[in-house]
Amino acid sequence: MSLIYLFLTLCVAMCVYRIFRGPRAADRMVGIDILGIIVIVFCVLLTLSTGSDFYMTIAIAWSILGLVSTITLAKFLEGRNLDD
Amino acid sequence: MIEIIGQFFMAVGFCFIFLGCLGLVRMPDVYCRLQAATKCVTLGTGSILISAIFLSGSTATAMKAVLCIVFLFLNSPTAAHALAKACDISGIKIWEKPGDEKIYPARPRPPRDDE
Repeated sequence: MSLIYLFLTLCVAMCVYRIFRGPRAADRMVGIDILGIIVIVFCVLLTLSTGSDFYMTIAIAWSILGLVSTITLAKFLEGRNLDD
Repeated sequence: MIEIIGQFFMAVGFCFIFLGCLGLVRMPDVYCRLQAATKCVTLGTGSILISAIFLSGSTATAMKAVLCIVFLFLNSPTAAHALAKACDISGIKIWEKPGDEKIYPARPRPPRDDE
């Protein structure tokens, strides 16, 4: 089970690399979106390893709120030039 | 038997998540990164939720996992489409392989409705 957590941490490291490195603002937004989906995977793994139920509730709420955050970022990006 | 099915789905899900994150690092363009990362990671997360249905052993957790699959498969492509549309409106060019511009010349884009 700890090997699985190590593996997911590798995926998180790739997303964080893209968030820091990304040449445009849109790349960082893609990284934030993917990071929000990986948090759901962490919640499912915590449900399986601890046996308590409310982590799955957190996963449902996170999957709904991820849509809101990503659409807010996309509407903020539309028609602007945010690149550095 | 049920545990073997659950672990199979979990292995498939981790393969998809790893390949999606690898595409997020390796792809050359915003659109390619969005395409590679969002679809693969969404499918991998859905597969891990299916494995949670098999492995958890409680009905409440399994029903919550089904609900989470439904919300995830509704929300994640919508978010990706909003991001891609925002990139298109902001005027980010599509990546072309260097040397291929003569073989595949850029086609004129039809005018958008909201411009």
